[in-house]
Amino acid sequence: MVMTSALPLPLKIQHLSVSRQGKLLLDSVNATIESTGITIILGPNGAGKSLLLRIAHGLERPDAGSLRWDQHIPKPEESWRTFVFQKPIFLQRSVLANLEYVLSLHKVVKIRKNLLIQQALQHTGLVKLSAQSARILSGGEQQRLNIARAWVLEPKVMLLDEPTAELDPSGVATIERLIKKIAQQNTKIIMTTHSLDQAKRLAHDILFLHQGRLIEHTPAKVYFAQPQTSLAEDFLAGKLLD
Amino acid sequence: MNDFSQAFLKAIQLILNLDPNLIEIVALSLRVSLTAVLIASLIGLPLGAALALYKFFGRGLLVAILNTFMGLPPVVVGLVVYLILSRSGPLGALGLLFTPTAMVIAQVCLITPIIAALTRQTILDANNEFHAQLRALGAKSLSMMNTLLWETRYSLVTNVFAGFGRAIAEVGAVLIVGGNINHNTRVMTTSIALETSKGNIELALALGMILITLSLIVTSAVMSARHAAYNVYS
Repeated sequence: MVMTSALPLPLKIQHLSVSRQGKLLLDSVNATIESTGITIILGPNGAGKSLLLRIAHGLERPDAGSLRWDQHIPKPEESWRTFVFQKPIFLQRSVLANLEYVLSLHKVVKIRKNLLIQQALQHTGLVKLSAQSARILSGGEQQRLNIARAWVLEPKVMLLDEPTAELDPSGVATIERLIKKIAQQNTKIIMTTHSLDQAKRLAHDILFLHQGRLIEHTPAKVYFAQPQTSLAEDFLAGKLLD
Repeated sequence: MNDFSQAFLKAIQLILNLDPNLIEIVALSLRVSLTAVLIASLIGLPLGAALALYKFFGRGLLVAILNTFMGLPPVVVGLVVYLILSRSGPLGALGLLFTPTAMVIAQVCLITPIIAALTRQTILDANNEFHAQLRALGAKSLSMMNTLLWETRYSLVTNVFAGFGRAIAEVGAVLIVGGNINHNTRVMTTSIALETSKGNIELALALGMILITLSLIVTSAVMSARHAAYNVYS
């Protein structure tokens, strides 16, 4: 049975604005994100990408405007949607216990827990490391566990905030492979990055942000072939944006 | 120096002879202080965590009071507990004055603020590290508090033993509410005070040495347990 009808999408963002300490960080953003493919939020540092993603998970509140998952305001405790940080914090427990913790938070019954944990460990290649302390994993392994921890709940939507920013090229490739695999299993992916190459490799559609404003929201093919704005053109050319 | 060497010999002698009076006193000291630490921890750990994590009216004042009470003079605590437990006091009918229970109560009053204030700081630091991550994983406030208490368990053990150190070493409160009654409420610190005032410096010093050694043993046992556990997962 295909559950696509139950996806809490589209994500509707209307006139979304956030300011902190007198600085406008998101400036009246309007967008509708549909259920198909990987959506990449692209832009230079400080564009407001992470903030937008945090609002989408209910971690921050907008000052004005709204963000709704199919008419529904997000709360972080909803298990159909998970969030992956750039720098994960793990509990001082084993890899397995870190996964188990998330399932306990969401009151998953024990038999199902074991099944989900084994699945997540296999998908992310962490089976052999399951008994090891999460805190002593390498950077690449930590990020795989970070993804596993978000995947273990079998979410309908996964939000990832610069998940490969701290990794070496092979680490980046591994995580990208995982992200594609997750997307293929009907989990909607929305992820931020400042890497053009990564956006090219993964994106179905692109939201290009600059200084808190949504400059364009176009299919990735269009974005890279015929950018609609001069800012996007400059960003693609590697120029400094002002 | 002569006093010290003689006291040292005396201490060894007391221990080797398993002096029944000594054993009774040591046992009561440990019983009273460990019970007090247990009760103070049951109150102080959740209280400290709640003060770190929940915002409510009067929290600032409560924190200020707690921090002040960390340095409460034991004699004052003893006096207040004495007044409450004395025959004409509000809890006089319970007949607890001059019993080990009264001593436990006084020590609980003394060390709960210490454990709570230290716990608050520990949890506050851990919360800075974990809050966003745990929130994103879906933890609500109660499971957040439980997780932080568990994650900081090694530091919390240290906090609890700061409380134990204070309890086992204080004399003012237990002296006032216990009365230093032989075979009944006499503990190490009160006997040291008594023997000193009687002029038995040697015995007093010997007891002092045993007290310090005892604290050392308890503390290092806990520390090595903590160390062993800590090495497993971090």
